[in-house]
Amino acid sequence: MTDDAPLAGGTPLVDAHAHFYHLAAGRADWPQVNAARLRAGARIGVTYHVASILGSYGHTSPTYFPSPSDASRGNDAMADIAAANESCIRWYVTVNPNHTEHALREIDRGVARGAIGVKLLASRRADDPLLDPICELAAAQRLPVLHHIWQHRTREWPNQEISDGRDLARLAVRHPDATFILAHLGGGGDWAHTLPAVRDVENVFPDLSGSGVDRGMLDAALDTLGARRLLWACDLTMETGLAKLRALEVIGLSAGDMADIRWRNAARLFGAGAFPRCSDRSASVA
Amino acid sequence: MIDCAAFIGSYPFRHLPHPDPDVLVRVLAREGLDGAWVGYLPSAWHRDPSGGNAALFDALAPHRSVLEPAPVVRPDWPGWERTLRDLVEQGAGCIRAYPMHWGMSPHDAQLRALALACGEIGVPLVLTVRFEDLRQRHPLDVAGDLTAAHVRALARAGRVRLVVTGAGRDLLEETHWGLTPDEQRRVHWDFAWIWGPPEDHLAHLFRTVGAERFVYGTHWPLRLTQNSRANLDLLPTELREHGITDARSLRAIRKTPT
Repeated sequence: MTDDAPLAGGTPLVDAHAHFYHLAAGRADWPQVNAARLRAGARIGVTYHVASILGSYGHTSPTYFPSPSDASRGNDAMADIAAANESCIRWYVTVNPNHTEHALREIDRGVARGAIGVKLLASRRADDPLLDPICELAAAQRLPVLHHIWQHRTREWPNQEISDGRDLARLAVRHPDATFILAHLGGGGDWAHTLPAVRDVENVFPDLSGSGVDRGMLDAALDTLGARRLLWACDLTMETGLAKLRALEVIGLSAGDMADIRWRNAARLFGAGAFPRCSDRSASVA
Repeated sequence: MIDCAAFIGSYPFRHLPHPDPDVLVRVLAREGLDGAWVGYLPSAWHRDPSGGNAALFDALAPHRSVLEPAPVVRPDWPGWERTLRDLVEQGAGCIRAYPMHWGMSPHDAQLRALALACGEIGVPLVLTVRFEDLRQRHPLDVAGDLTAAHVRALARAGRVRLVVTGAGRDLLEETHWGLTPDEQRRVHWDFAWIWGPPEDHLAHLFRTVGAERFVYGTHWPLRLTQNSRANLDLLPTELREHGITDARSLRAIRKTPT
């Protein structure tokens, strides 16, 4: 491998859970953080980042409870970033289900600007009826819903209305025509609880992101759900994403299973047209 | 380069796949590491560490060219000074202590005495900030994370050699910038829990604290060994030729145990 060769190889790779920042995010270093994601993505070999902006990230309304205006401002910034990086960035439109009419309008507005999915935070528990109209619209427009999840909620935590795998499973059962990406299996809480919670709900697809790199997590996810249900992703820690790819190689998955996790499951969920640089042909050529 | 933060043995709060020394030897070879300081994981929860230390030395005996024991010395246990000398004489690579699990405050005199005794002999004292993320802990796992106040107090105690594993950026900075330059040089850190890009905490710390303050630790078998290597691989180009410290260089027996 040369110094310039992607660390995770040249086959397609979709990060299904990424974030970018913007001027209204309340941190002066936001351009550097965005640049760092692209720098590390290129080094790893990420073909597409599927990203969202979470309102003002707490600057003018809470990260997990963005005000309608902050959600819209963040979505506008995200659309601009995606448009400026059309070759490698796709995006989720972020909405707060407490503001139903705004959320529905925002999804339409986001799709018109190129959004390919819906991002739900922790503004309302996942099985709350307020999420139903959003999921109906997402299903009608074939937009996967990435839902922030705490792996096994054992109590309330500040600053978010946390949901766990059981909550999301109840929502997914109510909306069998929608697809749900369960956020960051390694992102805090007990992943071992999540796997059986969603095993039999086949429209729930956990992403592998999060700072957690517990040994045994990937093996258990593969054993319980199989490679067709898992999406590779990084969220806030890209080194853990690279580590998980390397660990999956050590586990010894077949090339087909690796391709499913790296990009093919994402292509099935978002539609093949979402990622034109990803194909089995590009995989075999790389 | 060695791994300063590996373990064997079971963990009380979840199943760990094959936490055995022969597996660790293969993992180290795969990761390109020359060896490891190896603790006995159950010892953190034992009142009397002597049984765990004996099990550790026995289990590592066939692999001593690669795996150095990291036994536990509990400074509120009778005869700990003799235990320390014996363990060093038997070839301990470092000594482990778990003040949070023993209910020791940052200014505990016995903990201070242990750190100074390790420093006097020339063997590093390894402290563990955490085994697991706070958000996933079992209800009975209530020891809490090691605090910056503990590390600062020990670093200020005198001629000590501390290796702190499992710290994040906040704890590390709160400690480092609360010490004099001489005291800072008494502390080394692993970066197993420090975030890489896009936040680039590790890159920031290499620039501000210095790469030489860091040693390599994986926290196997709790965590993926690939994570620490991935963190180094994703550093910005100008930091990639890092100069982290090999933990082996921290062990310098100055005094023949008697």
